[in-house]
Order: sequence, then C-alpha cells, then structure tokens
Amino acid sequence: MEKFVTLSAIAAALPQANIDTDKIIPARFLKTTQRTGLGKHAFDAMRYLPDGAENPDFVLNQQPWRKAEILITYDNLGCGSSREHAPWALLDFGIRCVIAPSFADIFFNNCFKNGILPIRLPREVCDELMGDAQMGSNARLTVDLPRQVVIRPNGEEVPFEIDAFRKHLLLEGLDDIGQTLKHEATITTYEKRQDRDKSWLPTIHFD
Amino acid sequence: MAARTLFDKIWDDHVVETLPDGTSILYIDRHLVHEVTSPQAFEGLRLAGRKLRHPERTVAVVDHNVPTSDRSQPIEEADSRNQIETLERNVKEFGVPYFPLLSANQGIVHVVGPEQGISLPGMTIVCGDSHTSTHGALGSLAFGIGTSEVEHVMATQTILQRPAKNMRVNVEGTPGAGVSAKDIMLAIIGHIGTAGGTGHVIEFAGSAIRGLDMAGRMTICNMAIEAGARAGLVAPDETTFEYVRNRPFAPKGEGFEQAVAYWKTLASDDGAHFDREVTLRAEDIGPTLTWGTSPETVLAITDTVPDPAQETDEAVKAQLQRMLDYMGLEAGQKIAGTPVDVVFIGSCTNSRIEDLRMAAQVAAGRKVAPGVRAMIVPGSGNVKRQAEEEGLDRIFLDAGFEWREAGCSMCLGMNPDRLTPGQRCASTSNRNFEGRQGPGGRTHLLSPAMAAAAAVTGCLTDVRELA
Repeated sequence: MEKFVTLSAIAAALPQANIDTDKIIPARFLKTTQRTGLGKHAFDAMRYLPDGAENPDFVLNQQPWRKAEILITYDNLGCGSSREHAPWALLDFGIRCVIAPSFADIFFNNCFKNGILPIRLPREVCDELMGDAQMGSNARLTVDLPRQVVIRPNGEEVPFEIDAFRKHLLLEGLDDIGQTLKHEATITTYEKRQDRDKSWLPTIHFD
Repeated sequence: MAARTLFDKIWDDHVVETLPDGTSILYIDRHLVHEVTSPQAFEGLRLAGRKLRHPERTVAVVDHNVPTSDRSQPIEEADSRNQIETLERNVKEFGVPYFPLLSANQGIVHVVGPEQGISLPGMTIVCGDSHTSTHGALGSLAFGIGTSEVEHVMATQTILQRPAKNMRVNVEGTPGAGVSAKDIMLAIIGHIGTAGGTGHVIEFAGSAIRGLDMAGRMTICNMAIEAGARAGLVAPDETTFEYVRNRPFAPKGEGFEQAVAYWKTLASDDGAHFDREVTLRAEDIGPTLTWGTSPETVLAITDTVPDPAQETDEAVKAQLQRMLDYMGLEAGQKIAGTPVDVVFIGSCTNSRIEDLRMAAQVAAGRKVAPGVRAMIVPGSGNVKRQAEEEGLDRIFLDAGFEWREAGCSMCLGMNPDRLTPGQRCASTSNRNFEGRQGPGGRTHLLSPAMAAAAAVTGCLTDVRELA
C-alpha cells in the first residue's frame, strides 16, 4: 500500500448526500479479479451519457477536476454494498482523499485499507471546502496527515480526527495483516480457550 | 458485572486483544466467501505466501454471478464464468469447503449459511457482502467486510474493529393484515433513515419482532445495513433454537444442549445501556413500499408521493426532484395504481420458503397481468425443492410466473437478470439505488405478498384488496 503523508492537490466537489457504492462502481463492473483498472468506470452513470460519450456536465469530466485527487461530498458517503471495488475505482481514478460530513462504516474502513484517507468534517466546513474546490487549479487543498489538518487556499487550517493506529498504518503504508500476525501467540491462546469452553462449535468438512 | 447488551456479550466473548488506541483484534468464528469479493483476497495471500489459518471455519459458495436459467449449459457471460472458475481454483488450492454451482445446496450465501447450520447463535460471522447482517437474526454478530478484510480474516481468523455503539429498535404490538417483516423493516428505515444506524449495532426487540419466524427476523436483520447499521441482531430464543436444531452442521445431542445453555445467556440484561432507543407500534404500519432511489424513501401503499415544493432545504428539494425524475413519478401522485413492467421475488432479503408461501397465497388462482414479466428466484436449491414438494412451483407456473434457479439474480443484475432503462420493477430485494437492477431501471422495494399483488394486477397494489 502506498504511504499517505501529505497531499497537495485539486479537489472536486460532488454536493450530494448518500452517494452509494453502486453509484461509485455499478455491479456489472465487479466481475474483475484484479484491484486495478476500475478507474474508467468510476461514477459510470453520472460520468457517461447513454451513448457512452462523456457527460460534459459532470465535474470529473471537466478541467481541472479530471485531475482531482480529493473528493468532497455530503453525508453518508459510500453507503450500501461493502464492495471494496468502490475505493479501488476511486484510487484508480486518482482520488487519495475523500472528505464528507459522514461516511458509511464499511466504506470508511475500506478506504484506509487502500491508502485513501477519509476525513470527517462538519457540513458547514464541507460547504466552505466545496467553495474552494470551485476555484479549480488556483485553489489546491493540502492535507497534512502528520499534523491532522486540511490547509485551505487562504491558509486557514482545518483540524480533523483520526485513530492513532490507522494514522500509523497510513503514514507507514503498512499492511495490517502483518501487524495482526505480530499478535499470533495471543490468537492461538484464544483459540485454545475457545476449543475448551465451546467444544460444541462445529468446524466444516465436506466429504 | 455491569448490565450488558446482546452485542456487548458477543463482542466481549470474541476479543482476542485490545490495542492501546482502543482497536480490538476480534476473533471470527465463521467466514463465508463468494466469488465476487474474494479473488483479490486469495491473490493477496498467494503473493504473500500465506495460507488460510482455518479453512475449516470457512465456507465458499457461488451466488452473485450465477445464471438462474438452465444450468446444463455453460455460463454464457465470459467474465462471470471467469470469476466462478477463479473461485473454484482458489477453494481447491486453499482447501476451502465449497458449494459449487451444481450442488443441491447451492444458493445465496445468506440463505445457505443459516439453512445449513453453518451460521449459529453467539458466533461472529463475516463475509465480503454487506447483507451479512442477515445472520444476526440467529443472535450472532454478523457483518459485511471489504476484500482487504476478507484477506485479513483468511490469514488471521480475526478482524480489527472498534466496538460499535448500541441501539435498540422495539416494535411492539400485533401487525395487521397484509403486513410482514419486510413492511416492518421498511417502516423502520423510513423512520430512522439510511444513516440512522451508522456506527451502531441495532438489536431488534419488542413483541412484534419476537412474534416473527426466523425468515422474518432474517428479513429484518438483512436490511439493518440499509439503515446504516454495522449489524442487526435478534436475541436467540425458543424460535431460534427450534430453527437451528437438526440443521446439517449444527451441533447435535449433548453438544446442542451445551450450546443452547450458552445461547440462553446472551440476551441483553435488564438495565443494559443503549446509546439510542426507538419504539414503533406494529399497528401503525401498513403494507409499505419505497417510491424513490434510497431505501429511506418509504410510503404506505395508501399514501401519495412527496412534493419537493414542500421542502425548505434546497439540497433536499433538489434530491427529491432528482428521484422523482429518475423514477418517472409526479409529485403528489398516488403510489397505488402505478403500472409495473417486472416483478422480482427473490434476494437474500425475501427468498426463503416462508417468503415464497406468502407470495403463492396471493398468486394462487390468479394470472400475471398481460405485459408483466414476473420471476421467482428461490434463495437456495433446498428452498426450491421444498417449494416444489409443497406445490408452490405449480401455483406460480400456472399463474404465469417464471420459476428459476437459486442466486442473487435481479437484486443486483450481475448475471443476465437485469432491468432495461425505464423499466419499473416491484422487487422484494433490498436496494432501490439508481441503476441497481440494471442501468436506468426503477425499483420499488416491497414484501413478497405486495410483489405478487403487483404481478397479478399489473400495478402497485394494496395487497389487502386481494384478500
């Protein structure tokens, strides 16, 4: 996983609530067995017209937001399906940071696993950042993860919260399986206790 | 010890270790795997030279991509076929127990798990699918995860989580005629909203929930995710124990008695703290459906579609108008009487034998309206066989419904079962998002009985009028 430390980039505003993961990547594109290559299908229904041409009214089809690396939306971003294809599609498009007043739980988790930083900020602040985003390439936002601030084009710093463990993994670009396996002895101890206390728990074997 | 909720008890019982920042390593008793969200996880293991820690606590099944038509033929869509073949190679290489396409037990993962006794009360259960919340009906802590977490569970049999907050939704009283678990759950989502449960695990309680059979409880917990919750739960009780008894993989004999003794300890203690509590009266809930493109846009069948002009918030107004336009509806129109093109009875929400019986009761002796395509997709091979033993297939076929093979089908249209642009569907599934059932398709979520009523009348109909 790529490290996330600081990001100074163009931000795109998508002022909608409840952007579901079907909207980020429709089910018919989930038949891949790879993590990459989904960027061209990100936001398919909004991004393309029925004849397959780009929809010129959609922000990510316009300059300079075609190169956006930060996406700002309203509440409950990533609701619905647990498909990690949603963050994969965003990442493949080039998005490294998503900002919204609230996120759906599974999507929020999935972002961290792919080096995408999801930031929760109040609706009023998102409105202000969306205003900055309208200014396009003249108005880059800077996300400073070590200091936990978003820096607006006018220099104002907006602080955000993040769990210490998740911050550590992002900063170092660490795979969390490796982290968990450091605790393997504890897992084994747990399993022994469970085998003793819940001997009725069935394992599955097919003939 | 302080009074604890059902969620607290299952959580506490599965914490392996809590890290300094409050993240817990949570033990996973059962991992369910399907073809869509697993290939990248198996590939990750392969690249890292890792194995499954416990293949014998894992079960794989194919459901999302599978055709629901004639299975004697090869799968036509190349990318679907590739994904299924990839799963078959992976389960073989990693030694994972697997129900293949032609197995008598194949079906939707959330139907197969409980049906086989693979999912049991008190367990932690995960799957790379948000509707894993379904299994919470048994009184297990069950939730959907992403593919990176699938790989994490495969490698470590644990997951990294912070505890959820506790929420309880009580539904008290006796549901009226034509009201099933689906109507109750749609009413709950309409009441608390699609983010109403975010960060929480919802325990469903109250006399109306207690009175539901297991299929009804599964319908409720299935859609907990549509209320934004991490998981849904119903405390295990005699209804649960009778359901679980004698399932193929459930413990037997003395083991079963020990398990029941443990399961009985799981109910929330009196005085346990809930961060949020909501109570609905079953008598206030009529046959219910959605009109828009979010599961919270619910109406009673007797209601009219909302008018954006009544809204003051501009963003809300625009969102309502967008939904009306997408759905091809007029502000203020009556929802009943709206013509439908397709009826879909199936999905992990409503494809169990009890659901099919409710639909058959309405379909019996009637005919599907001219021009309507109506399909029944049982949740598993076992559900299909049981329905055939009961003669339900004859009722549906005589009425002009299609009687198909088990799978996810038109709930998300990864197989050829899709809506075409502009088609309106009365669907027993769980999501009415734009394009969910096919690009441009229009979905109304409703109960199996209401779906059958729409099929035979050709429009959205109050099922009580067909009684």
